[in-house]
Amino acid sequence: MESFWRVLLLQDHNTRVVLAGACLFGAAAGLAGTFLLLRKRSLLGDTLGHATLPGITLAFLLAETFGFSSRSFLWLASGAALSGVAGMGAVLLIRKTSHLKDDAALAIVLSVFFGAGIAMLSAIQQLPGGQAAGLERLIYGNPASMTSSDAWFVLVASLLVAGVCGFLFKEFTLLCFDESYAQTAGWPVRLLDVLLMGLVVLVTIVGLQTVGILLVVALLVIPPAAARFWSDDLRVMALFAAGVGALSSMVGVVVSALLPGLPTGALIVLSAALFFGVSLLLGQKRGIIIRHLLERKAARRLVREHVLRAIFECAEEGRSVVSLEQVLAKRPWKKNEVVSEIAQLTDDGLLTTDPSALSFQFNGRGDSEARRLVRNHRLWEIYLLNHADVAPARVDRDADLIEHVLDQRLVDELEDLLDEKARERLVPGNPEKNLP
Amino acid sequence: MSTLPLEIRSLNVAYHRKMVLWDADLSIRPGRSTAIVGPNGAGKSTLLKASLGLIPAASGEVLFYGEPLKKVRSRVAYVPQRESVDWDFPVSARDVVAMGLYKKIGWCLPVRARHRRMADEALADVGLADFAGRQISQLSGGQQQRVFLARALAQKADLHLMDEPFASVDAATEQAILTLIERLKLEGGTVVCVHHDLDTVAEYFDDVILLNMRVVAKGPASEVLTPENLRKTYGARLTLLDEAVVDLSRPGAPRES
Repeated sequence: MESFWRVLLLQDHNTRVVLAGACLFGAAAGLAGTFLLLRKRSLLGDTLGHATLPGITLAFLLAETFGFSSRSFLWLASGAALSGVAGMGAVLLIRKTSHLKDDAALAIVLSVFFGAGIAMLSAIQQLPGGQAAGLERLIYGNPASMTSSDAWFVLVASLLVAGVCGFLFKEFTLLCFDESYAQTAGWPVRLLDVLLMGLVVLVTIVGLQTVGILLVVALLVIPPAAARFWSDDLRVMALFAAGVGALSSMVGVVVSALLPGLPTGALIVLSAALFFGVSLLLGQKRGIIIRHLLERKAARRLVREHVLRAIFECAEEGRSVVSLEQVLAKRPWKKNEVVSEIAQLTDDGLLTTDPSALSFQFNGRGDSEARRLVRNHRLWEIYLLNHADVAPARVDRDADLIEHVLDQRLVDELEDLLDEKARERLVPGNPEKNLP
Repeated sequence: MSTLPLEIRSLNVAYHRKMVLWDADLSIRPGRSTAIVGPNGAGKSTLLKASLGLIPAASGEVLFYGEPLKKVRSRVAYVPQRESVDWDFPVSARDVVAMGLYKKIGWCLPVRARHRRMADEALADVGLADFAGRQISQLSGGQQQRVFLARALAQKADLHLMDEPFASVDAATEQAILTLIERLKLEGGTVVCVHHDLDTVAEYFDDVILLNMRVVAKGPASEVLTPENLRKTYGARLTLLDEAVVDLSRPGAPRES
């Protein structure tokens, strides 16, 4: 129990360092990952992570051979960065010189580079002295081994990532959204691309110590993917992704401190996955629940429109009081759906229903609402009749907003047609314009 | 302006050793609208992309207002095919249109209220004033096409190169594009469109370039659109072009994207 409070209250200097470093890394990964995701390069992030291994092992071997500190994080990180960049270069080269598609190029580079790294790693493990332990922490991640100077490196790198993403926000946005337009407008697309991938390399290097090379891609991809469910605005999404990244790292570090023995990197990724799951379900913009609700609402609206139109049609036939049977006879539909919609319309003050609920009539508001609906639908029918050459796919149908769909000229033309037809009492007048 | 908005001299383009554009020679006249018309795989989009440097040309020279594109970029606006981007992208219509102003804004500086107003004006010009804040996936295909047009409009260029702006759009959008083209011409601008619909070419455009890997005919629409020229473009490929082309017209051969 005491250790629990020590962790939560950040009483250990070490815990503070680890927590700060991990959170900064998570935020930087979420930020750079947002653009990586939108550039549709998520898998490149994965390949990049794996491709760092031969560089790490080679740097280690070189250090051993020449007798300097083989555990310096910066030295190993430089090796990782170089071989990561070489891996990306290899992907580009394969793509350029062969007809292979991206996925194949990525899979080849990922496995070959990682294989080479593993081969060298087992060679290292057979060296006398068993120094390979220092490398394992970079493969699986072990933020607990983070020292103050490592944390400073993370801080500087994260600030750099945040700064570049901030200053080049609109440039990166354009690059990810429409590369060829960017190019014709005169933006140096190649340079921007290199900068963006440079940030991803930097984040990967920083992540080696926190989550390790196998899992670093998770923090590049999961936070922005989760953020996408909450916002349709890239600015918000990027900040949200940074937040999810930081929070996941924090939860992962705290849980692993409380439950020693569980690997921190894996816990960080799992907590990111938890945030993703929650976002998938509850996300305000694209979450499953909100989408379901919106679909149901649209279905409800359709029933309402149909009921209003049916009652209007009955009323048109000269009956101001309409019975449920007459409405039911108008269309093939489910009786209880109609009954509950009529009750709803009565509650909303569009219909006056007699106590038996079997007959009803429009009041003023219901009449003008139904008139508007019927008018738009019939305008559409006329439109389709008079533009029969227009393929249905080219008709952009939302009967509720005809003025937005058709331009004014066409609406005027239709209104002319409408004047003739109105004499035949087929199309009711515009309730907004023609009120007596 | 005495120099031509666009002049292309013997432009050749190849995809993977296969020629898709042979010795294209053409010039676009200022203040007019020109359609580039031809069958699928004729290299229409390729012609636009190659002249803009988006795909490398094997040989040839392309001049905009008498200069290489690099020197006159701000005078040239490109409207890519609608399908070329991901409309699920988390930006609003206004954000996309503001992209046409990025060059004016400059490196590292943010989009300001003034720029958003300019973007809104461009959106109003294509009849989308009410949709500025809408996420772009919430727009219909025709509205998306108009957002692209508004972005080019915001750039305030002199020459507009549009890749299939009329492809599967609704009637309202078609009308909006036509009105826009007329307006650009009145303001002294020049418009070039890749177009696929033979029925409407003569009605919509002043000049026509018939293309089937080579320029078959070019000039005022009324002079170019003769049965003879159309047969040369669409019908009798064998008499006109050599074996390499027969290869291309087979199913499975690379098509323009």
